[in-house]
Amino acid sequence: MEFSIRGFASADRAPSALPAGAYLSGPRGALTRPAGLLGISLIALVVLLGTLAPLLTSFDPSLITGPSLAKPSGAHLMGTDAIGRDLFSDVLFGARASLLIAISTGVLTAACGVTIGMLAGSIGGIVDDLLMRLTEAFQVLPRFFLVAVVIAVFGPGTARLVILLALTSWPVLARVVRGEVLATKQLDYVLASEALGASRLYLFRRVLLPQVMPAVLVMVGLIMGQVILIEASLGFVGLGDPGVITWGTLAGQAAGLLRVGWWLALFPGLAITAAVLGFNLTGDALSSLLDGR
Amino acid sequence: MYRLQQFAALRSNRALPQLNSHVVARRLLMVAPTIVFIVLMGFLLVHLAPGDPVAALAGENGDASYYAFMRQRFGLDRPLLEQLVTYFGRVASGDMGTSYLQGRSTVALIFERVPATLLLTGSALLISIVVSVPLAALAARRPYGARDIGISAAVLVLYSAPAFWIAQVAILVAALKIGLVPVQGMTSAGSTQTGAARWLDIAWHLALPALVLASQEIAVLVRLTRAGLVDELGRDHIRTARAKGLTEARVLFRHAMPRALLPVVTVVGARAGQLIAGAVIVEIVFGWPGVGRLLLTAIQTRDTPLLLALFMIISFAVVMANLVTDLAYGVLDSRVRVR
Repeated sequence: MEFSIRGFASADRAPSALPAGAYLSGPRGALTRPAGLLGISLIALVVLLGTLAPLLTSFDPSLITGPSLAKPSGAHLMGTDAIGRDLFSDVLFGARASLLIAISTGVLTAACGVTIGMLAGSIGGIVDDLLMRLTEAFQVLPRFFLVAVVIAVFGPGTARLVILLALTSWPVLARVVRGEVLATKQLDYVLASEALGASRLYLFRRVLLPQVMPAVLVMVGLIMGQVILIEASLGFVGLGDPGVITWGTLAGQAAGLLRVGWWLALFPGLAITAAVLGFNLTGDALSSLLDGR
Repeated sequence: MYRLQQFAALRSNRALPQLNSHVVARRLLMVAPTIVFIVLMGFLLVHLAPGDPVAALAGENGDASYYAFMRQRFGLDRPLLEQLVTYFGRVASGDMGTSYLQGRSTVALIFERVPATLLLTGSALLISIVVSVPLAALAARRPYGARDIGISAAVLVLYSAPAFWIAQVAILVAALKIGLVPVQGMTSAGSTQTGAARWLDIAWHLALPALVLASQEIAVLVRLTRAGLVDELGRDHIRTARAKGLTEARVLFRHAMPRALLPVVTVVGARAGQLIAGAVIVEIVFGWPGVGRLLLTAIQTRDTPLLLALFMIISFAVVMANLVTDLAYGVLDSRVRVR
């Protein structure tokens, strides 16, 4: 039983209950649905706040700029931490690092997942078998624990974290890409370009890649949301890189101070939730579009 | 995000076209290479860990004679291939090294903590099923109606929020402000209660952590069950059931729900890893004395042997959970059940 991004919505299922013709079709259609619009706006907001961080706050996030553990006020919008650094600046600059980790992981995962999925799907036979066994083996590993244990043993580091997260994220993407390729490669236009003498590389780049790209985008978006959550959880258990401010390290420093500084836990968590919600809403909106295509 | 879960569900379906002795045997056989792969990862980490491999099995503070003893036990003075064989043998006999902090077997240390974690995850799973099924039914009654949008939105926010944050907010609201339930530990401090009183005390402490952990499962289960129900309710057999004049409740819970729940079973099993990861976070926030707190101690004391043993044992647990789910699916689904 093969599967594709269309998931359960195979041909024999009832059409979705959405009113027909109510929304634009095509990728732009995601923007016309309220949920998709909200998702994209949330992502845009987080990206914008992260990019413009130095303009939006007058405090250096690494310097002591106020009394320690001050409640949120006009001067410090989200209060200050245990040694008097401005939490609002921390959350803004944290967005940069957390997004950078999510985006790098997304790109690396896409590269690995698409390559392996395409190879498995288009070559087939023993290559397919071997690659799929490899995929299954990696998919079984409990992701959080593998990353946590390796970071704990080898020490924290952003590059290391990105590689580990990508290493545990690609299998699900490879499966989706393989499914898409298997579903597409027997279609007339693919056979036609093969008959016209298209090389394998040309087929990959110009014929199959555009076909799998929408599904890849959805999956990578959802994976990036998960990556932000995992990075935050790692920071929370004390495995964040102490040299970099991320939402995870902020969550980690709030862990022991719940009774004396509720704002330290509340605001970074809100930021994480907003960003992940953005990725999930966008992914959902895009994938329900794909369902209906 | 239920899409990721759907892929997982479909993957598992494929593994079990029919449940007969042949299929069961093949499914059991599939476990072997997975276990080997996990132990191989453990072996790899022992040798890649900074410092002498013996430190990754015996800790960093041993003396020379102790190291010599451990080297000999794991065959670390032998060629690499022989070491691998010895390592597999040691792991198979339940020896994954010695935690240097407490100087005790890592496996024994971990298994001490398993009951507390099982109690937490088991309660959370139970709560999540009891809550999710009616919520999903409520949402699926009128897809894209006000109630559906409300429930779906709430569940998506829950799905997007980090577990530790939900736990912290729950503590701030329920425990500190209202003083409803205790926020730390498994029993009251200095408690000497026995019997029923002790169990009540534990349940009292369990309530909030179990609810927080359940919220993560509810987020996934409601989304998945709702999607399945909406799908089912548009099908011919439901139209027939309605045409027969059955009540809507009967149509929903007897005709649509069982079929909608089938993929959910697979997903619950496929999420074993996430459930344990969630339990770790919840245990840390609430001071629940399970495997998660042990992991935190191991991280804070850089106890490499304990960390590696935790990774392997949790991986084994996840593989076993997947196996049990696949077999359970075969038993539950009458289409798959074949003598």
